[in-house]
Amino acid sequence: MKFHSPTSFAEAVVLAQNSEGVLRYLAGGTDVLVQMRAGIVTPDELIDLKKIPGVFDITRTAEGGWTIGVGVSGAQLGAHAELCADWPGVVDGMELVGSTQVQGRATLVGNLCNGSPAADSVPGMVAAGATVSITGPEGDRILAIEDIPAGPGRTNLTKGEMITAINLPPRGENGGDCYLRFIPRTEMDIAVVGCAVNLRLDGDTITEARVSLGAVAPTVLLVQDAADAIIGTTLDDEAVANLMAAASAACNPISDKRGTIEFRTDVAGVLAKRAAKFAYARAKGEVIKGTHL
Amino acid sequence: MSKIHVQTIVNRDPVEFLADPRETLLDCLRDHLGLTGSKEGCGTGDCGACSVTVDGTLISSCLMLGVEAGGKSIETIEGMAQGEDLHPLQRKFIEHAAFQCGYCTPGILVAAKNLLEKNPSPTETEVRYWLAGNLCRCTGYDKIIRAVMDAAEEMRGAA
Amino acid sequence: MAKDDLSTHLKYVGTRPDRPDGLDKVTGRARYGADIAAAGMLHAAVVRSPHAHARIIKIDTSKAEAVAGVKAVVTRADFPTGLTGEDWNLQENTMAGDKALYDGHAVAAVAATTSLLAKEAAELVEVEYEILPHVTDVDEAIKPDAPVIREGAADASVPEGMPANVVKYMEFGHGDIEAGFAEADLVMENTYKTEATHQGYIEPQACMGQLGKDGKGEMWVSTQGHWYIRKMSAAVLGLEASQLRVTPSEIGGGFGGKTTIFMEPLSLALSKKAGGRPVKIVMSRAEVLRATGPTASASMDVKIGMKKDGTLTAARAEFRMQGGAFPGAPVDMALYCAFAAYKLPNVEHIGYDVLANRPKCAAYRAPGSPMGAFAAESLLDEMCHKLGLDPLEVRKKNAVREGDKSSYGPKFGSIGLIETLDALENHPNMQAPLGPNQGRGIATGYWFNHGGETSVSMAISEDGTAQVSVGTPDIGGSRASIALMTAEALGIPYENVRVNVVETGALGVNEPTHGSRATFASGKAAVESTNQAIAEMCRRAAAEWGIAPEAVEWRDGAAHPAGPNAGDFPPMSIQEIAVKMGETGGPISGHHEGNLDGVGASFGAHAVDVEVDPETGRTTILRYLVVQDAGRAIHPAYVEGQYQGGAVQGIGWALNEEYIYDDKGRLQNPVFLDYRIPVASDLPMIDTVIVEVPNPGHPYGVRGVGETGITPPLPALANAIQNAVGVRMRDLPMSPVKVLAAIKAQNG
Repeated sequence: MKFHSPTSFAEAVVLAQNSEGVLRYLAGGTDVLVQMRAGIVTPDELIDLKKIPGVFDITRTAEGGWTIGVGVSGAQLGAHAELCADWPGVVDGMELVGSTQVQGRATLVGNLCNGSPAADSVPGMVAAGATVSITGPEGDRILAIEDIPAGPGRTNLTKGEMITAINLPPRGENGGDCYLRFIPRTEMDIAVVGCAVNLRLDGDTITEARVSLGAVAPTVLLVQDAADAIIGTTLDDEAVANLMAAASAACNPISDKRGTIEFRTDVAGVLAKRAAKFAYARAKGEVIKGTHL
Repeated sequence: MSKIHVQTIVNRDPVEFLADPRETLLDCLRDHLGLTGSKEGCGTGDCGACSVTVDGTLISSCLMLGVEAGGKSIETIEGMAQGEDLHPLQRKFIEHAAFQCGYCTPGILVAAKNLLEKNPSPTETEVRYWLAGNLCRCTGYDKIIRAVMDAAEEMRGAA
Repeated sequence: MAKDDLSTHLKYVGTRPDRPDGLDKVTGRARYGADIAAAGMLHAAVVRSPHAHARIIKIDTSKAEAVAGVKAVVTRADFPTGLTGEDWNLQENTMAGDKALYDGHAVAAVAATTSLLAKEAAELVEVEYEILPHVTDVDEAIKPDAPVIREGAADASVPEGMPANVVKYMEFGHGDIEAGFAEADLVMENTYKTEATHQGYIEPQACMGQLGKDGKGEMWVSTQGHWYIRKMSAAVLGLEASQLRVTPSEIGGGFGGKTTIFMEPLSLALSKKAGGRPVKIVMSRAEVLRATGPTASASMDVKIGMKKDGTLTAARAEFRMQGGAFPGAPVDMALYCAFAAYKLPNVEHIGYDVLANRPKCAAYRAPGSPMGAFAAESLLDEMCHKLGLDPLEVRKKNAVREGDKSSYGPKFGSIGLIETLDALENHPNMQAPLGPNQGRGIATGYWFNHGGETSVSMAISEDGTAQVSVGTPDIGGSRASIALMTAEALGIPYENVRVNVVETGALGVNEPTHGSRATFASGKAAVESTNQAIAEMCRRAAAEWGIAPEAVEWRDGAAHPAGPNAGDFPPMSIQEIAVKMGETGGPISGHHEGNLDGVGASFGAHAVDVEVDPETGRTTILRYLVVQDAGRAIHPAYVEGQYQGGAVQGIGWALNEEYIYDDKGRLQNPVFLDYRIPVASDLPMIDTVIVEVPNPGHPYGVRGVGETGITPPLPALANAIQNAVGVRMRDLPMSPVKVLAAIKAQNG
């Protein structure tokens, strides 16, 4: 296995383009090393992106959004008070990935590019309307988060392409988000179902909403029907019932060692309800802390 | 397979070793530096027995490559006591019978020390969630949590 | 001195000093299985079957052998032939012969100069398999048309005409079972299932072995019993046991799983082939879960008869258990323990040990008892519900006492079940208020405890301190407890006693640390050895004083003239005797060995409060109470630790742990990510009450406390979940998926 530590994305792109055999990028490494250990992936070339200047930066954009470098760990996100205040659902999602130790290394981009439909950080980013900046041999482009995963373990990035940063939109006024997942234990499991809700209020009425579900389909879903169920409502009982029904209806899960089709479909609705209520409360200005809601 | 020369700081001492790029930091600590206090329980970041800090951040050393360690400052269980003086956590773990087989103990001590550096007054719930990635199969965690809480209290008193 | 008065005279027993290995274990200095290295050491990797059941057509090792740095490759062809019985089973499990019998079964092993190289070379070993039909579920495996794991594996207990995978059959009981059921006001019968679980020790199996052409060898190994490792390795490889010297490392948990061999003999076989270079083998977590022994899975029919007032009239248990591709599921123990807490005039037990394509099961904390309790204690609770009776009152009403005939035959000696149930009833947890979706469950548990083959030596050092050599590896503080008992007997400070776990060359045969026996058996033998040394020290003092040895008594760490000579001489301390023992007759020591009897059984009772989320089926434990009879707690902190640790293993078994196989018979969750043992945030503090009804068979009243604690959580949690949300779970684990499905079924 060849190990590369480029000091610019341009250099990384050339290395990636010229690579032979199995290529993996190394950001936090918390998926790649596990796959190497289990013999699932034996890379011929490994490109460490962490020597590239700026990859550990969390930057406020001119518009009031955020740019997050590819090396930024969950621990770093969680320690960033302003970012946590803006996008608690996004940060919570990342902080639910693995243990405290894994948090010390794991990154948003790694969690996204691992391509798992159960990735905890992805629904929150999808609901937030986040995008990724991509560079590659053909130049730069920007894609929505939900357009990156192509299926379990696969992405829509082409050979030589890599993500250079995550872009979160400005939070704006009267907005709130929340990510919840269901796992059998209280920690350390892969999500059996995950759900993120991001919404904005005008008074008590929801004016904008995005609802995203994880682990209920081959990729993380953005569920327009679920958002429509609560837009224009005050999250009253009927709206909640419609939200639950829409979330469950969007599910196309499998039965596996972690859960059944029935369980995932049911609990998707339950989590949508609970996440929407927390997001709504946050939009109302309530400070609700903690990843284990 | 060519090896890579790595220079780093471990427990405040400069060290160097040659690492195969496939070797984890845990492999390098144990096999190249003779620091066998960090344990492998899973190799997949699920058990915490290999916990160390890198530049003050708690990580699983099985989830970092040895070749990534260049220029960092790494702390392991072997660096926790200052000479003969045990860290309060180490003393409290003995006092509270907070381990039986002791295999998970180094990782838990390293993780708990890192917690108390960040949060000197954790609640029981905060301690439990912080240590959720440190599996212990012997104790049921009760005495571990008590030892950490007690050490925190003592350290607050001393501060 | 009368037993009842003993505790008031005890100076060290019952205190909580620092354990002797504490410093090593908090500084990272303690050396476990994988922590050793030797000059010239090679590293091994094992090639394992990816198939649940397959004929091995051909193994080609030539490509692996051709790799520079590879020093040895072994297959079954390198092992002796002609073994029988359990020796053959062990050999077959160490390395597959004609067939791979489970996913993860070893088929070849490679030793090379580095572990990376060994792994690479292992991938070059080419194995041609013919895949055979497989079966992993016990109820499927017992069907007449199930794939046959091995012809002719049944022993003489199996009646003619039973399905081929039944390898052991048993039936026993007493009274008139039908008359008993006829007498009852309520008879209920249900089927309960438990999945296999793994001991889940955090330290994977690890060893270093060295074997020369001359048949002499050494091993360094993480094990609960190094004499077992020696005997089994010697048998599997055709060696003389005495030529193997086995040293136990510190052990990173075992819970029964490290009482037998898995890959250990491979280190010796590879070493011999590599010209005697030491070979280290360290298992990965996936290897541990796929190829070391979990416990058995069980399918159990239980039928109980009860009168309206809660009196039990009869009980019947029919258990089917698979312990992998070899005989050995603990179905006998499960049956013995199932009804052990209750007076039963009429009882019948039937058991089947069934083969399946899973790894060879190993002991796991109170082997069999948790399964039996899950079935029996669940049904008992269901019947209390039906009759509107208080489950604790019913248990007290039927509880066995000293002199009662046990459900499995023998009469109970001194036991503390009633005292345990009383202590449970009086604990404040039993009065804690419960809210919506919350419920309380109680259950009892039982373990026989064990004495077994034990050999211990102790010696007085020149400065009057004492050393004790034991053969039972210290897995949870036994060096501390043995030192406390030795200090108590000698009358010297605890700190002046050092207990060493010594290698096979230093003592006679010792059984492993299993069956909750280390503190009981090695402790008892240490006290006997100490008494011999005391007698010798009294003789030395008597000789110096010129009085009869019988006229010397030992107390407070010194010889005192007694009887007619009392006060004639000043006491002679252990230091004074020790410093001149070279001139007064040489070394002073004691030794005791035997098959130690006098074992006292230990009953426990647990109470758990849970809250069940009715929308997700997730069970949260609100509070947990363990009450258990220790006989006497030598080091109470480590007794509590055993109670807490056992309870949490039982909680894991009850709620989330399981072996999950796919339709090809491959284990789906050989990682801690998906083999879900409890984590710190899953649990509250585990409250404990140590009941002390001394065991008259031990000098300090010890019963043994390790096993019982894992048993009650399984039924206690099922009982609590029913009380919380009304659903009765009869199939473990009670995972959220299953509980939610049950809630939905109940709600229609």
